[in-house]
Formats: sequence, C-alpha cells, structure tokens
Amino acid sequence: MYKSFLIKYGEIAIKGKNRYLFEEALVRQIRYALSFAEGSFEVRRLQGRIYVDALSEYDFDEVMEALSHVFGIVGICPVVLAEDEGFEALVKEVCAYFDRVYPDKHKTFKVHARRARKNYPMDSMELNAALGERLLTAFPELKVDVHRPDILLCVEIREKINIYSTEYPGPGGMPVGTNGRAMLLLSGGIDSPVAGYMIAKRGVAVDAVYFHAPPYTSERAKQKVVDLARIISRYAGPIRLHVVNFTDIQLYIYEQCPHEELTIIMRRYMMKIAEYFAGQDQCLGLVTGESIGQVASQTMQSLAATNAVCSLPVYRPLIGFDKKEIIEISEKIDAYETSILPYEDCCTIFVAKHPVTKPNLRVIERSEQRLGEKIEALVETAVETAELICVEAERTE
Amino acid sequence: MEAYLDNSATTRCSRRAADIMLRVLTEDYGNPSSLHRLGMKAENEIKEAKKKIAKTLKAAEKEIIFTSGGTEANNLAVFGSVEANKRAGNHIITTAIEHASVLQPMQRLKELGYRVTCLPVDSDGVIRMDALEEALDGETILVSMMHVNNEIGTIEPIEAASELIRKKAPHALIHVDAIQSYGKLSVCPKRMGADLLSVSGHKIHAPKGVGFLYCRDKTKIKPIWYGGGQQSGMRPGTENVPAIAALGEAAAECTEHLAEKAGAMYALRDGFIREAVKIPGVTVNGPGGRNAAPHIVSVSVEGVRSEVLLHSLEEAGVYVSAGSACSSNKHAVSGTLTAIGLKRELLDSTVRFSFCAGTTEEETEYALRRMAEIIPFRRKFTRK
Repeated sequence: MYKSFLIKYGEIAIKGKNRYLFEEALVRQIRYALSFAEGSFEVRRLQGRIYVDALSEYDFDEVMEALSHVFGIVGICPVVLAEDEGFEALVKEVCAYFDRVYPDKHKTFKVHARRARKNYPMDSMELNAALGERLLTAFPELKVDVHRPDILLCVEIREKINIYSTEYPGPGGMPVGTNGRAMLLLSGGIDSPVAGYMIAKRGVAVDAVYFHAPPYTSERAKQKVVDLARIISRYAGPIRLHVVNFTDIQLYIYEQCPHEELTIIMRRYMMKIAEYFAGQDQCLGLVTGESIGQVASQTMQSLAATNAVCSLPVYRPLIGFDKKEIIEISEKIDAYETSILPYEDCCTIFVAKHPVTKPNLRVIERSEQRLGEKIEALVETAVETAELICVEAERTE
Repeated sequence: MEAYLDNSATTRCSRRAADIMLRVLTEDYGNPSSLHRLGMKAENEIKEAKKKIAKTLKAAEKEIIFTSGGTEANNLAVFGSVEANKRAGNHIITTAIEHASVLQPMQRLKELGYRVTCLPVDSDGVIRMDALEEALDGETILVSMMHVNNEIGTIEPIEAASELIRKKAPHALIHVDAIQSYGKLSVCPKRMGADLLSVSGHKIHAPKGVGFLYCRDKTKIKPIWYGGGQQSGMRPGTENVPAIAALGEAAAECTEHLAEKAGAMYALRDGFIREAVKIPGVTVNGPGGRNAAPHIVSVSVEGVRSEVLLHSLEEAGVYVSAGSACSSNKHAVSGTLTAIGLKRELLDSTVRFSFCAGTTEEETEYALRRMAEIIPFRRKFTRK
C-alpha cells in the first residue's frame, strides 16, 4: 500500500561540509541493497532527505529486510506522498491513511505537523489543531494524548505532503565506503565475521583473507568461510576474499620452533601475509576478531607479540566484548549457525596442550630466527598461489 | 590418477541403469496409476523391475515394496512391524553395530515405552549368540540385525540367529538390513529366515533416492505413511518409476555372475590387506577372510588422524571414508568401532576403503602406494 519510504539518517547530518559525500554514499548503498529485492525502485535525495519510491510491485518485508542492512540508516518510515490540493483534500487523505493503517481505532494519538514549505496558508500549530479535530470527528473512538500517544501521526508540508506514523529502526552506523577499506582476517569461527560486521558499520569497506591448511582442513571448511564472507557482504558490499594455503608454513614452523610458541609465531605470519594483501587492496588497516584474554593467543602479551609484525594499524572491534555478547551479534546478523558448523580450522590442528600465554617478544623473535630464509620463500609461494574469490550476496533474479 | 574407494558410501550409477532411467524419464513418463496407455506402460516398468529383483532374492514379486532408499526401508520395517504386532509383546532386540537408520528408530521406540535390548558383539563385530539367546523371551516381537556391517565388513550369522529366534520366540519378526551385502554376497531371505529385508539402490549402482523392503508374504506390518493406496497401501505415493526401473536393472546386473565377481573382489581385498599391514602402524579391523564381506576394509593408522589421512588421500585423488567423523569441535565416535573394543587412540585414526566389482588392482595399488608415502610423513606432525 505504500509507494514510498522516507529514510532517516543520523550522524551524517552533522558532518558539516562533507555531508553530501556521506549522503551520496548512503544513496549508493541503498541502491545496492535494493538490487537484492524484487521490483524496481528510485532512490532520490530531496531537501536533505532521502526517499525510496517503488516503481513496481514489491514485497514489503523483503524491502524492509534489504534496507535494514544499510549502515547509515537510522529509521525507515513507510510514507504516503500526497499532492497539495487544499486543506479539505489533505483531511481526506489523512483520514484515509488512518483508516487503512489502524483498523482498531481505540487508540490515543497526536498530530505532529511541520510546515517546511512556508507559503502554506496554515502554520504547524494550526495544522495540529485542525487535523486533530477532524480526525476526532471522523473516528469518535480516538482520543488525544499529547504526552504519550499510541500513534504519532506526522504530517509534513513539503513540495509534496508527507504522511507517516511508523518508523522501523535501521542498523545505524555510517554508509559503507565513507571510511576507506580494511583487511579482515577471517577464520571460520564466531568472532571474525562479527568483527567484519562491526568495522563495516563504521562505514569501512571490507576485504578478507582466510588461511586454510589442506589436508588438515577440508574443502567444507573453506566453503564455510566463503559462506560467512557472503553473510558479511550483505552489510559490507562485495568482498575480495584471499584464500591462502598455509600448510607448508605451518608445518615448517612446527618443525623448527618450540611447540608452545607455534600459535603465536603462526599468527605473526598470518598478520604479515594479511598486510601484504592489505597493501594490494589499498586497505588502511587490518581487522581481527580478537578479544582480550579469550584464548592463549589473545592475552595482552600475545596481542602485543602479534601486533609487533604489523606496520598498519590493527583494529579489534571486539576487544572488550565477552563471548556471550559476540554470540548475540553473531545471531543478529545470521552468522551464528554457519560459524558453529564443526569443521577443523587451521589454528587448532597443532595447538599445544600448554601454549605460551605471556610470550616475550625477544624470545619469539629468537625462535623465528631458526626459520631462516626458507620461510620467506614459503611466504612468497603462499602469497603467489593464493586464490581470490569475489564474494557477493546472492541476488534474486 | 583417481581411485574411488568409497563404494559403501555410494556407487556410481551403472550405464545400463542410467540408460533405462533416462528412457523412462523422457518416454515412459506416465503415472502408473493412470488408466490410459502411458500409465500402463509405467506400471509395466514397475512390474518388470519387481520381477528382476524378486528373481535375485528367490522371492515373489508381491513381496517387494519400493521405498525412497535404505533409511526408509529400515524405518518401515521397524516401525511397521512393531505397530502391527504391539499386542503380542513390547520387547525388541537389535545389535550395538546397527546403522543409524535402525538405531534411531529403536531410540524412538524406547521413548514410546518399548523395551529394547541391544546385543553386544565380539572383537570381530560378530553378534554374541549367548546374549541373543538370553535376550529372547515370549514378549519379543522384533529382532533387527544387519547382514554385513557397513564399517568393518563383518558378516553376521543370520541363519543361526534366525533358528534360535524361531525356537525361543516364535512370534517375533526378523528384519535383516542387507544394505551392504546385497549385490556382494548371495542374499536369500528364505534361507536366512528373514521376514523383512532392506536394500538400498545407490549402494548397488542404481540412483540415489530408491530402495526396497522385502516383506515376506503374509507378514503383518503397517504402513508408516498414508495416502493414495499405491503399492497396496504399504507405501503410498506415486512410485518413483524411473528410479525403480533403474534399480531393477542394477539389481539384475550386480547379481549376474555374483560368485565369480565376489571371488575376484575377495582376491583384490586380500591383496590390499596384505600390503596395507606392511606399512608400519597399520592394522585392519574385522574378522577378514570369508567371515567378512569382500568389499570393505577398515584400516586403523597409529598416529594419524582419520580426517587428515582422508584429506591427504583426497589430494592424491583417492576417495575414502573416515571410520568415524571427528573434529576438534564435535566428537561423533563410531558405534561399531567402540563396540568391537578398538583402542581409544585408534577410534579417531580409522578410515574405510570400500570397493565395488569394477575396482581394479591398479586403483588399489595406487592407493597403497600413496598411503605408504602419506602415513610416515603425516605422522611426524601431531598435536603434542
């Protein structure tokens, strides 16, 4: 029944002279999101507002679902746009709207009129009073409550008259593409997809790198990571996923270095490789799903030891989150069920029974010296043979 | 080179079966219940398939009920026979090494209040007859046993068990899961004393999604589905005619010259085992010899996890199954391997090779060669 949606956005409104850049990005992201819904739509900016107009039949839930993935949107209001044909016509339109949307009239309401177009003959206060009165006449069961109404009926006099009363929450954040690009270290677990979601929420586009270790990890484990990347891409847009074969590096470290240090040294090499791809994709930082103290490799000491190999900043959006909080977000973004599929990931296959929890950077670096030049060759091969998968959410035809 | 040695998981559809399937799909596509000529043609395809299958079992055509596969055949046998005979008693006997498609229905019956006895097996996986004798009583209404174990290949002494059952619990129905034996060994329900016997199509080079339950004439079972009365109401629903026709052909094909083919497979298997155990740390589970099926070899490899061995072999183009599906997140330990008392550290280090009549010595030799390389290399890298 609605032909249009009014898109409300938050933080963008305060971004000063760069505001148009953010608005353009938001329009672009909305168009992208709507390309996943059936139907054709027009997205337009008008007087500091964004409208989505449906040009064809569409599925309301599908459109809401698509828009709820666009960062930067604070609220989505299904809106009726009416021509200004005088006050009586407006009353008719408003009553018709009310009747359609609220079959049960035993409600309290308040009219919130805004006269944005100043040449309209009535001002906002007059409109509030006049429309309220006419609604009460039309539907005697209604009651006015100006403090806590059940229904807040917004009537905005603009080029066209906007009538709306419901607002669906958007995901908040900033439109993707307004804050550069970052390289996500994506495993098959619960945390890293959530980290990717969180960074994208701040307007950052995402690429990803995944380390697999055949024959220790299976094709299915890799497929799971592609599926997770696809889930993130519903929010973050298309993702370039670099799949790196890490087996030889891992086995070589296993042979040369103390076993308790294996995980830390492995992770240092993962960071180095991720940074290589970050440079290739013009990323401004690395992103991991680490949270302090969750496992041995995520103590403050371990994080410092892994961090030391990077020159790019490493963003850890989950750093202060408990597992339970991470799982909640994972469930919210529909990644959880995929994340918990039971496939071996390459970090756990050789994990020591008692890995170091307080690694000393100098000790770790000394152990790494045993790797000699051969490790460089192995890293080079891993980088050269990496597979690039361009992941995008699935589109309805 | 590639070697598909996972024929107990599924087989490649045979050319003869596929040809018939395509013809029925595109030409004789009528509904067998339709009154017109196309319907009759489809009905004849089913009759023809029944005839071919009945011949291999030395059974009557009316004793064959087509199903969607082995799982449905086992479910129909277990639930159908219990439902029809629940007034005669509430005791059911099965074994510790059955497939999930028997064990899970048993679990459900337990929840419904039935008394279920699970027979133990010896270290070769053979049902303990003393335990069977002890378990049988006047209340027993069903005994469900497999003919050949799917993980280690043990052939169960069905005939001896049936004799015992008839003596001690004459009213009990006997169900045999012959999914791994049909087409590899001679399967004759009458000789085995089976009232019900399950077979799956895709294990015998027919397509997936089809199988049958042999149900001895006058055996009382109830359907588990209800509908339009097809297959005398025992399994309603429009018959999967293309797959059924293919199943008939595959059944005929795999039982042609069965003895010679089994002999050749035994020779192939014995050669494989002889070489495999020469690799240090490699042992073979199950009784071996003629007490095991000719196509299944369960191999335990000390110090190499089954998943790692499986994926290493996969890289070399050799496809096998893990003895039990295990990963760091979830331990699903195999019931059979636990039941035969396999050492704990080998439970997660066991893979299954399974052959078919078309498996060549070249393939098994290639697999052995690659195993001999992979095992010592992978053994160097273990979780410490």
